[in-house]
Amino acid sequence: MASTTPIDTPPAPPAKSSPGGSTGRMGDTVFSGLSKGSGILLLVIMATIAVFLTYRATLAISQDEGNFLTTFDWNPAGDPPVFGIAVLLFGTVVSSVIALVIAVPVAVGIALFISHYAPRRLAAPLAYVVDLLAAVPSIIYGIWGALFLVPYLDGLNLWLDQYFSWTYIFDQTQPGVARNMFTVGILLAIMILPIITSVSREVFLQVPRMNEEAALALGATRWEVIRMSVLPFGRSGVISASMLGLGRALGETMAVATVLSPNFVMSLHLLDPGGGTFAQNIAAKFDEADQFGRDALIASGLVLFLLTLLVNGAARLIIARRKEYSGANA
Amino acid sequence: MAKRIDVSGLSAFYGSHRAIDDISMTVEPRSVTAFIGPSGCGKSTFLRTLNRMHEVTPGGRVEGKVLLDDENLYGSNVDPVAVRRTVGMVFQRPNPFPTMSIYDNVAAGLRLNGKYGKSRLNEIVEKSLKGANLWNEVKDRLNKPGSGLSGGQQQRLCIARAIAVEPDVLLMDEPCSALDPISTLAIEDLIGELKERFTIVIVTHNMQQAARVSDRTAFFNLAAVGQPGKLIEIDETERIFANPSVQATEDYISGRFG
Repeated sequence: MASTTPIDTPPAPPAKSSPGGSTGRMGDTVFSGLSKGSGILLLVIMATIAVFLTYRATLAISQDEGNFLTTFDWNPAGDPPVFGIAVLLFGTVVSSVIALVIAVPVAVGIALFISHYAPRRLAAPLAYVVDLLAAVPSIIYGIWGALFLVPYLDGLNLWLDQYFSWTYIFDQTQPGVARNMFTVGILLAIMILPIITSVSREVFLQVPRMNEEAALALGATRWEVIRMSVLPFGRSGVISASMLGLGRALGETMAVATVLSPNFVMSLHLLDPGGGTFAQNIAAKFDEADQFGRDALIASGLVLFLLTLLVNGAARLIIARRKEYSGANA
Repeated sequence: MAKRIDVSGLSAFYGSHRAIDDISMTVEPRSVTAFIGPSGCGKSTFLRTLNRMHEVTPGGRVEGKVLLDDENLYGSNVDPVAVRRTVGMVFQRPNPFPTMSIYDNVAAGLRLNGKYGKSRLNEIVEKSLKGANLWNEVKDRLNKPGSGLSGGQQQRLCIARAIAVEPDVLLMDEPCSALDPISTLAIEDLIGELKERFTIVIVTHNMQQAARVSDRTAFFNLAAVGQPGKLIEIDETERIFANPSVQATEDYISGRFG
C-alpha cells in the first residue's frame, strides 16, 4: 500500500474530525463515553443504595430502645420500640452455612461427573438439566418445599433426632412440623446447586490437558488425576462458585418465607421450629409495617448488605492468597 | 531397572484412522534411542503406545505387542496404570503440577506408589533433583511452587519427577522443543547421564540433537498426509546419519524433504 511508495506521508486526518478529539474517530469517542458512563452510573447507584440504607437505618436505630445487635425481639411498633437483628443474623448465617455444607460437595461431585466421568452423550443433557434448576423461580421452590419437602422431612427429622441427638444440632427439643432452619438449609442447598455446579464444571473443563497427562504418566488412577490436577486447579474457581451460591442463599427471600414458620428464637437445635432470616423477615413484615417499622426493616437490610460485602471480600482474599499456586502461570 | 523393549506388529488408531502401521523394533536397555521423522509420521503416537498413554485419547486404540523384558504391556490382565508407573514420560512442554511445591512435584509419583517415611522421601527427592541436575538451583526453595521456575528448570523438574519413581524406561516427547539452547544443552547432558540407569526413548525434531544424544536412531515416515506412519529403518545413530540403508532416510537427514 502507501508504505511502498518512496515518499511516505503520514495518513491525513479524517475529514470529519470531532471537536477536541485527538483521533477524531466518532465510534471511539461514543463508545468510550458510554463505557465510562456505565462505570460511573454503577458507582452512583451503589452510593445511592448505601446512602439510602444508612440514612433510613440511622433514623430507626436511633430510636431503638433495645440493643439493635443483641435484642431477641422485633417490635418496632411497640412502646417503646424494641428490635434487634441477633436472631436474623444468626438464622441467615446458619441456614446459608447448612446450604453450603450440603451443596458444595454435591455440586463438585456433579461437576466432576459431567466434566470427567460421564460419557459425552450423557454429560451435555445432564449439564442442561442442572442449568434448568437455576431457571426455576424461587417462589416455586418455596411452594414445593412447603407442600412436598416438609412432609417428607418430618420423617427424616424424627430419624435424625432418634440417632443423632447426641450431636446437639440434631436434637429436637420441641416437636413440630419440619418448618425449621434445617429444612430451609436443604431447600437453599437445592437452589444454589446449579450456580455452584455450572461454575465448577466450567473450571474443571479448563484444566490444561498437559496437567492431567502429567498425573496420568506418573501412573495416577482417574481419581488420583482429579485429586492431583483437577481439584487444585479448580480450587479458587470452586471457592468463587461457592461464594456466588452463598450470596444467593444469604439473600433468598420467598422460598424461606414460604417454608419457615418464623419466631424470634435463636437455637442451634436445627430441627426445632422457628428462627428467621433477614430477607424472610423483611418480606413477612414490610407490607404491614408503618414508616418507622419499615425503617427498622431497612436497618436490618443494611446489615445483610454489609454481610454480603464481607463474604465477597473474604472470598477475594482467599482467592488472592492462592494466586501464587494457581494454574494461571503454568 | 532398565529394561529392554520389544515391539512387534504394533499399529495404533484414532477411531478408525490408522495412525501408525505394523511397527516392530527392539530398544536396548541403558541406551538412548531417538525417533526422528517429519511431522505427522506417528513418532509421538508410537512413543505414547509404549506407556499406554495413547489410549487415554478418545478413540485411541492399539493392536500388536509391546514386551518390556518378557511382559506384554498389552496383555489382557495388565493394568495400564501399573504400566505408567514403570514407564515414565517427559512431555514436550514442561508440565509441573502448578499448585504443588518443587518438593511435592518430585514426591508426587512416590506418594501415588505407596507410603514412604519422611526421611526416606527427603532422600529420594534430593537424589532425584541431583539426578536431574537441578538440586543446586532449587535446594533453598523446595517449598516454592514449581511453576515459578524457568522453562528449562521446569523441564528438569519434570525429569526429576519422572525418575523419582525409578522407572524401567524413560520416554521423552520432544523434551527440548520449548526450551532455549542453553537449557537444551543442560537437558542433553542430563540424558547422557541418565542412560547409565534407564532405557531412554526420545522423540526429536532436531536431527543434530538425535545425533548428539542417541545411540540408535529410528526414522519414521508416511507415504502421504492421511496415510499411516511407518518405521522406515532403525540402526546405529552413526550409520543412520553417515550411511543410511534407505534412500528416504538420507533424503530426510540431508534436508531434501520434511
